[in-house]
Amino acid sequence: MSDVVDVVDAAVGSNARVNKDGDNLTIKEKSVAHWVLQSLKILICVFLVVAAVSSRLFAVIKFESIIHEFDPWFNFRATRILTESSFYHFLNWFDSRTWYPLGRVTGGTLYPGLMATAAMVWHGLRKIGLPVDIRNICVMFAPAFSGITAWATYKLTCDIKDSRAGLLAAAFMAIVPGYISRSVAGSYDNEAIAITLLMLTFMFWIKAIKSGSILNAMGAALCYFYMVSAWGGYVFITNLIPFHVFCLLLMGRYTSRIYVAYNTWFILGTVASMQIPFVGFLPIRSNDHMSALGVFGLLQIVALGDYIKNKWDNPKRFRPVLFVSLIIICVLGLGLLTLATYLGVIAPWTGRFYSLWDTNYAKIHIPIIASVSEHQPVAWPSFFFDTHFLIWMFPVGVVLLFLELKDEHVFIIVYSVLCSYFAGVMVRLMLTLTPVICITAAVALSQLFDVYLNFNDLFTLLQNNSIPTRPTITKFITKLIVSGSFIFYLFMFVYHCTWVTQNAYSSPSVVLPSSTPDGKLSLIDDYREAYYWLRMNTPEDSKVAAWWDYGYQIGGMADRTTLVDNNTWNNTHIALVGKAMASNETRAYEILDELDVDYVLVVFGGVLGFGGDDINKFLWMIRISEGIWPEEINERSFFTANGEYKVDSTASQTMKDSIMYKMSYYHFPELFGTNGGMDRVRQQLIKSEDVGELTRFHEVFTSENWMIRIYQLNERDNEGRDGKFISTPVVSNTKASTGGRRKRHGAVGPSDLRI
Amino acid sequence: MAAQTTLNTTSASANRQSKQSNSVWNDFVDAYNVATKSYWDTIKENKKLRLIDTFCLFLVLIGIIQFTFMCLIRDNFPFNGFLSGFIICVGQFVLLISLRMQYVNPFPGISKNKALGEFVVASLMLHFVCLHFIN
Repeated sequence: MSDVVDVVDAAVGSNARVNKDGDNLTIKEKSVAHWVLQSLKILICVFLVVAAVSSRLFAVIKFESIIHEFDPWFNFRATRILTESSFYHFLNWFDSRTWYPLGRVTGGTLYPGLMATAAMVWHGLRKIGLPVDIRNICVMFAPAFSGITAWATYKLTCDIKDSRAGLLAAAFMAIVPGYISRSVAGSYDNEAIAITLLMLTFMFWIKAIKSGSILNAMGAALCYFYMVSAWGGYVFITNLIPFHVFCLLLMGRYTSRIYVAYNTWFILGTVASMQIPFVGFLPIRSNDHMSALGVFGLLQIVALGDYIKNKWDNPKRFRPVLFVSLIIICVLGLGLLTLATYLGVIAPWTGRFYSLWDTNYAKIHIPIIASVSEHQPVAWPSFFFDTHFLIWMFPVGVVLLFLELKDEHVFIIVYSVLCSYFAGVMVRLMLTLTPVICITAAVALSQLFDVYLNFNDLFTLLQNNSIPTRPTITKFITKLIVSGSFIFYLFMFVYHCTWVTQNAYSSPSVVLPSSTPDGKLSLIDDYREAYYWLRMNTPEDSKVAAWWDYGYQIGGMADRTTLVDNNTWNNTHIALVGKAMASNETRAYEILDELDVDYVLVVFGGVLGFGGDDINKFLWMIRISEGIWPEEINERSFFTANGEYKVDSTASQTMKDSIMYKMSYYHFPELFGTNGGMDRVRQQLIKSEDVGELTRFHEVFTSENWMIRIYQLNERDNEGRDGKFISTPVVSNTKASTGGRRKRHGAVGPSDLRI
Repeated sequence: MAAQTTLNTTSASANRQSKQSNSVWNDFVDAYNVATKSYWDTIKENKKLRLIDTFCLFLVLIGIIQFTFMCLIRDNFPFNGFLSGFIICVGQFVLLISLRMQYVNPFPGISKNKALGEFVVASLMLHFVCLHFIN
């Protein structure tokens, strides 16, 4: 990759030179230079695509071709269903294997763009005689699209500044960790395709606003439609483009080009976006979309005003009329909007929207939003971690754009301001900020290179064989130092990106990397071990209760019915599972038995030192269920008298009684002998007398490193009494009862988790 | 036409608020007269613009008819049917105005014929999407 950036640097330099020298050349030489430049650009773009794809392959090389994390497992499962059946069947898909007993109207509540694209690629490859496994297409999906993103960024930045900045921006975009974090091989998520479409939409939009071409605006609308079909974050475009137009109007920059571009985009984009079942009538009902509609109306009025103004001989007298009308229209519009919201014609703003503005909103009102780690605010170091030196080139670029301030520059400025704020609120929105950081940093850097990488004077001097004067030498040295240091930064950037991609963003989080005491790499594969056990040893229709984080994985890998999953559409159902986990055994048995649950799955990291386990997530389960049943679950009672969250012998009785505690630590102290076991996540000593007996559940499986523990509910006896009255647990599966919990092999020794 | 009426009423209400109400009102009437006069003059000269404007008027009428029909029967079922019918009117109107703007004042780099071609493609796209939406 360092090669590529060097190539870019060289091209930037040669670009600058050729452009400058162009005046003195003959026409033939000019056309040759033009061709050389064009082919260089194409070559660089090809290299960039190769770099973008190959740096995302660390995940496959270090681990294997596997779907990552949580949401991708659902997308993968949905794609498989799409390839096995028809598209209509897919859109009407009712999934009875999730959200038991409610089920989910999956076809109508997902964004089908990602799956449809993957299925199309799959069918296309089969048509030309390449029957590729659908899993491999899904794994390689994000890297392939990142190549297109780099190209779109190049085109976009070409319109903002020139092709030199464009190449730099594309190079940044190809390898910047902020984007790689969501698009490594195997990260088969909506964002993988959405960022590509975001850049394509913006590319067409900038072209449309510059030229006023209906065709370009239509391109923007089609990309917008594709984006709507792929990611819920499309609302960002829905608001950004109207906001851009609104800013231009306020700056008094109305032209007919803006009218043409915006109206074509709005009409086509809106009516097209309504074709997606999940979006439906939202574009005319929800408040999130109202700004686009408002600007559409405003633009008609402004166009009319502009028409009248042009016909009038005295434009000065027109201003008061215009101002008064504008203000009254704005007041009327806002009033209507408020009234419509009040009367319930337009849906009120959603909780996620509120949490964007008021960072404490979610914490107070919707614990389920706050509980998701990617909804937390960004920590300062992660800006540097994700974008390296681009983060301090970013403001420079914005200032440089301010100096010129054309229509398209306003767009980038508006985009950067809005996104900087949003990224400060939610970690996941770092993803939408990254492209604009790349673009502005490229603008700043190419501006700098235009001046400091231009050694024309030296070449003319050398040609003329004249003796350089002292100021020329000083100038040359200054140029050399400045451009040299920035090329060094570029080198550091490539190094940093490679390192971050390799170490931080390539872990599938299904398989965990660790090292044995002698330093060898070993993989902790407990998740798949447990899911595979479920798949092979439990009846096909058994229901598994687990916290919602693992819902998609259980559905995808174990193929068993789940109660709650990462879709989180039903807060009450999630709270019910949380309540069962936080209740004592009798109550939990009642709840789970009512829900027809067969198995309970908990994730426990105490043996391994894995911090993302259920005991650490337990507080959120308590909080979410307390929001619904405050009289039964009380967060305070899970803390010690001093208000600490502890799991050792000082833990509160409620904590020790909860089945989450019991299931996590069941037989855990015995593993380490008589003195009790040390929980390696919380660094607390668990004694066997603290962990109560389980009477209504029995352990059926514990994975190699004790990360996943699965329990079965004892069956009721013929008189309908619950499991407690049965002296010996009735285990349907003999294999499970004998080989269920495995002792660790002494020879292997404790392996350290390395994340 | 509808937009003109709104502008009219809003300025009338502005009339009461602003201190220089008379002069603003006079300005407004003046502007209105000048604009209508020059509009009719252009229409007389240019046949293409006349055609476009007749089409626009036709679309506005269809839109109004659909809306009044919905108000009269006090039901919008099937909503997507009504919506696509209405949006197709608004969308075609807006596209026509876009074309008209380019006929009056061509943008640099886009000839009149190219503008017409783009207009036709976008209209076809609009009709396709709306037909799909009607079910």
